[in-house]
Amino acid sequence: MYRFANPKRFLRIAAVVLPWSAALTVAFLGLGLYLALLASPADYQQGESVRIMYVHVPAAWMALFVYSCLAAASAVALIWKHPVADLAAKASAPIGACFTFIALATGSIWGKPMWGVWWVWDARLTSVLILFFFYMGHMALTSAFEDASRGERAAAILALVGFINIPVIKWSVDWWNTLHQPASMIRMDGPAIHASMLAPLLIMAAAFTAYYVTVLILRLRGEILARKIGALRMTRIQDRQEERGPHMKEV
Amino acid sequence: MTRKRRRLYLVFAGMALLGAAAALVLSALRDNLVFFYSPTEILDREIEPDRRLRLGGLVVEGSLKRNPGGGSVAFRVTDLSHEVPVTFRGLLPDLFREGQGVVAEGVLDRNGMFRAADVLAKHDENYMPPEVAEALKKSGQWKGQVPEYVGPKKSTSAPKKGPEENKNGESGP
Repeated sequence: MYRFANPKRFLRIAAVVLPWSAALTVAFLGLGLYLALLASPADYQQGESVRIMYVHVPAAWMALFVYSCLAAASAVALIWKHPVADLAAKASAPIGACFTFIALATGSIWGKPMWGVWWVWDARLTSVLILFFFYMGHMALTSAFEDASRGERAAAILALVGFINIPVIKWSVDWWNTLHQPASMIRMDGPAIHASMLAPLLIMAAAFTAYYVTVLILRLRGEILARKIGALRMTRIQDRQEERGPHMKEV
Repeated sequence: MTRKRRRLYLVFAGMALLGAAAALVLSALRDNLVFFYSPTEILDREIEPDRRLRLGGLVVEGSLKRNPGGGSVAFRVTDLSHEVPVTFRGLLPDLFREGQGVVAEGVLDRNGMFRAADVLAKHDENYMPPEVAEALKKSGQWKGQVPEYVGPKKSTSAPKKGPEENKNGESGP
């Protein structure tokens, strides 16, 4: 983390990583979608509807992963006051919110034909909806203050509070009876997904991760530049005020 | 350095307190957070009739009976230790099958019959192509929820044929 704390060094590393992560996103997404939508078999029970899973599951993983990154960045920002950490949290929130929305929407589309309902208030679905609200709250709170640093501070505390929700989401299907099925990947006796379906799922997950890295770098770069422009503007205003004389400073 | 230390401890202490509070609240609300009760839980506790609740479990093999003309179905739901009979009038979801998980919402009447107003299919965590499922069943390695699955399908054609075959197989035993 220390290495990325310096915005200049971050921009230099980002410039190296960006083309790679962008290329990986395109490659994995192309291959993953081909395997998921065309080349993989239908499920023995769900039929073709299983293909929704290849988008739904990686999106849900990313929803949790991005929030964990956001919470980690918020903790670093609160404790060590690294300048890039606040911006990383701010840049992550909309990406995570999108992943959460995709997970909720695709889950709903899958739920209607499989379960027979679009939505139920079971522990898994409800806790993911709460995660979505935490993302929204984070975005709103970040920009709710005139003074950007106060908003970032408040949002960082909110992000840490919301992190409690992450283990709840993960283990909700084990702690309580839910309509949502238990985990297929991380279980005692190995993944409950056949290899022909596991491969596209993992490639899609890699594509989503590479996408997150790419978009995070782009957004973070934008945030850093915006911050720089803001600082430049401030100094220019101050310079001008000093030229005009001390009586103008009050304005 | 001391300030950073202090903030570090503060954040960790805050997270620990929050986590403990969340754990207490969630365990206190345990009964309200479950989506359904198992047959054992329903039989164990005294549930006043006409209280709406959800019953979850597996549909007992060979228990599905379609009432001809009436449009209602009857089946039994088990958690492998107790069973509850269920009646339902309406459309069953596509994934509804004997030996599969199901969640029924409705009321338990005085005779111990669960009158479902809504039936949801519960999908398990297993994903595999039909050929693999077929092979597993044939070799007796089917480690799904139903150990003795009877009446394996002969052809792996369209998945839509599932329910019809179930119906045919039912008349046999």
